[in-house]
Amino acid sequence: MITDIVLALAQALVGAAGAPLLVGVLRTLKARLMGRRGPSPWQPYADLRKLLRKETVVSTTTSWVFRVTPYVLVATMLVATVVVPVVASRTALPFAGIILLMYLFLLGTFFLALAGLDSGSAFGGMGSSREVAVAALAEPTVILAVFALALRADTTTLGGIVERFAREPLLAANPGHLLAFAAFFIVMLAETGRLPVDNPATHLELTMIHEAMVLEYSGRYLALVEWAAAMKLFVFLTLLANLFFPWGVPDIVEPVPVLLGLLALTGKLAVLTVALAGLETIIAKLRLFRVPELLAGSFALALLSVTAVFLVP
Amino acid sequence: MATLGFLAAVTVGVAATVLGLLGAVGRAWTLAVPWLVPLGGLELALDPLGGFFLALVGAAVIPASIYAIGYVGGERRGVLAYLGFVVAMCVVPLAANVMTFMIAWELMSLASYFLVLHDRQAGASARAAWVYAVMTHAGLACLLAGMLLLAAWTGSVRFADWSAAGPGLPAGARGLALVLLGLGFASKAGVIPLHVWLPLAHPAAPSHVSALMSGVMIKLGVYGLARASLDWLAPAPAWWGAAVLLAGTVSAVVGILYAVVERDLKRLLAFSSIENVGVILIGLGAGLVFRAVGLAALAVLAIAAALYHVVNHAAFKSLLFLGAGAVVHATGTRNMNGLGGLVKLMPCTAACFVLGAAAISALPPLNGFVSEWLLFQALLQNTRIARLELNLVFTLGLAGLALTSGLTLACFVKAAGITFLAVPRSEAAARAHEAAPSMRVAMILLCVVCALLGLGPTLVLPALAAIAGPLVGSAPLPALGDWLTLRVSREFAALSPLALTTALAAAMLAPMVLLRLAGAARRTRRYETWGCGRILQTARMEYTATAFSNPFKRVFDFFYRPEKRLDIEFHPDSRFFVERIEYGNPTRPIFEDWLYRPVLSALSVVARRARAIQSGSANVYLAYILAALLVLLVLT
Repeated sequence: MITDIVLALAQALVGAAGAPLLVGVLRTLKARLMGRRGPSPWQPYADLRKLLRKETVVSTTTSWVFRVTPYVLVATMLVATVVVPVVASRTALPFAGIILLMYLFLLGTFFLALAGLDSGSAFGGMGSSREVAVAALAEPTVILAVFALALRADTTTLGGIVERFAREPLLAANPGHLLAFAAFFIVMLAETGRLPVDNPATHLELTMIHEAMVLEYSGRYLALVEWAAAMKLFVFLTLLANLFFPWGVPDIVEPVPVLLGLLALTGKLAVLTVALAGLETIIAKLRLFRVPELLAGSFALALLSVTAVFLVP
Repeated sequence: MATLGFLAAVTVGVAATVLGLLGAVGRAWTLAVPWLVPLGGLELALDPLGGFFLALVGAAVIPASIYAIGYVGGERRGVLAYLGFVVAMCVVPLAANVMTFMIAWELMSLASYFLVLHDRQAGASARAAWVYAVMTHAGLACLLAGMLLLAAWTGSVRFADWSAAGPGLPAGARGLALVLLGLGFASKAGVIPLHVWLPLAHPAAPSHVSALMSGVMIKLGVYGLARASLDWLAPAPAWWGAAVLLAGTVSAVVGILYAVVERDLKRLLAFSSIENVGVILIGLGAGLVFRAVGLAALAVLAIAAALYHVVNHAAFKSLLFLGAGAVVHATGTRNMNGLGGLVKLMPCTAACFVLGAAAISALPPLNGFVSEWLLFQALLQNTRIARLELNLVFTLGLAGLALTSGLTLACFVKAAGITFLAVPRSEAAARAHEAAPSMRVAMILLCVVCALLGLGPTLVLPALAAIAGPLVGSAPLPALGDWLTLRVSREFAALSPLALTTALAAAMLAPMVLLRLAGAARRTRRYETWGCGRILQTARMEYTATAFSNPFKRVFDFFYRPEKRLDIEFHPDSRFFVERIEYGNPTRPIFEDWLYRPVLSALSVVARRARAIQSGSANVYLAYILAALLVLLVLT
């Protein structure tokens, strides 16, 4: 019990404190790749600090939904960082499976989309409508990719999948596994609002989804929303790193292995961040109504991955 | 007077719940009155499956009747039909022979027909009631055919004899009976493509009746399907299970696709009921397949998950219909494009509706999440079946269920957000008032039920498994974890809603404390929404329900086949001045166009031909009778 609580706090701390750095590194890398100097990787912390000191403006048209949403968002993301195997394959809520995780994200999306509508501006509604459309179309891919993993690991709990693949690395060296990874990667891009689905760097009404939805937020509420978005990116990248490449994730909770696990995670996240920055540098944003095609493509990959299991056991 | 009627309905509901729960835990009870009705007499029997559905009906009747007291406001018309409807629904799961069942079934349909006709002045109600009457009787004809065939083959009209004689029937006969009964029950359950009456009839009825029709009446169709395939004709073959699973998948996806573009609040809820029946059938079909291939533990899991969703849907769909009823009562419109801003005028209704929307979107830690989670876990374990074609059916079911759950979220963000948030879009919405106390009590009651069903699956699920167990012939029930954690197939998956809720609550508090510690500024200014520098901010700048669902219309345009109508009237002197502009982007219903219209036009062609033999002269009819008599004599 005590171990669980300590583990939960440690994971939440790693996720909550590390997520802005991840975003900062990603931005710096992108800037360098594009030939700019870019901000320091620590810039997101400064941004959050600045937002926390500012006055919060709340629209008169809004209701309690608008005010409660930032807290719900942060809460879902904190729980998500606790249930994902970050530093060890065992987590504080050992029952947590990937389906629970996806529905936690949907809980955040539900409130954020409502908050977007609550402001009563066309921007908010536009963002909400697009966000739920992308989330709805990404959902089948997630479930099928999960299915592909669960089929090989014979469990849907996150810790169980990591342990199984860590024990039998050959299971992961399988074309089906790679297909599932590709499908999940595309879903990650859609769910965390990265290029080519959404552009996290602009406020142009033609391109934006997430930014349109949160346009009405300011001050401490905006700080919470941004923080939650950073944590979502962290959770998805950690999931990709530890679920598909579970090497170096310890299955015991003791100081030394956990620190080694953290080190391994940092390495894997670094690789994924470089890949993401490179990808975002070379591709342009898709037109909004091309996004479903991308998601359909990822769905096809996930379906292939599942079929591969049935055909090549 | 009306209040007295609804209090009587509450009493019936309480009695039905108690009796049903007793039946569900295994207490048997029978009643036979042979002289009351011909062909077998009145015969009632209580068993676990019937008891479960009886308790469901009773439990749904209680809040709906409490709500009705405030909703109808003393109007007496329709109270008798309502009582008849309630009693008939209670008798259906108890009926133990063909005659009793048919009388109860028809009484239920007739009473609800009158309730659909409640708003007699509206032309739409008359049409809705007409379509409902036709479809329900077409379904009845299928049921009657199936039941008479079974009665002829087994030589008995008692359901208990069918269960005993069922395995001895030839496979072809059992298949035919299953298909006929399946069609009849599916038309009542609103399975696609037999759903056409549902989105017409459910919104036309008064809201407390809509809640019962969507919450429990269509579930009696599910009851019939379960009864036919798990009891009368058990064990059902694997192809039947796969067919039910596929029908469920199609219903779920198509139902929610229609719901997401709907702008009539109650029609949206009706389409969502089609979707939820689909989800339930996915579970039932999976259970039938598991049973047919001999995986009893998984069959119990899938059927228990389906039953869980039956209960959950009754809870949150009743809640949503009651909330929608409160909105209609307060504003007089069901069109979401004329609503908005109600969260400030009717805060209690808004909070209840948002909770119901979260529950139906399967968000943790509410009840919808638990049943969808269980369904996913049951479907994911299809790998234990070693037949590729069945695996593929399950994979389709999984993908369909996932798409459905994503679209449900979109649909209910729209329903709750457009209806209740931001600024009122019409005068009527701006003058809305909070619902009457009895209506609020009913809604809060259902909110509590949704929350409890979400928190307590460790108590509910074993009870449901105990109902499902005997049906699939599994003596040792699969272990489902302890009081804190649900466990599915040992290590396959687990869930602890209590621990999750605790974690979520703690995580909600964390940012509040952290903000305080970090010394965040607490100054808040109320100001109008930023409008890109516009001076005037009106409700016309808000997103509407139509705009919100536009991405879906574009992505799935092969399915909706929207028509674009743009009608501009220019000023006679100059084309630069527009007098009037009208834009429409209606979808075209696929099943009405491609299935019903050809069938109906063929039917009317046949009818026109048949008119030739109807001369109207009594002599000719006498000749027909004579001829028929002669033919029969020769034949026999």
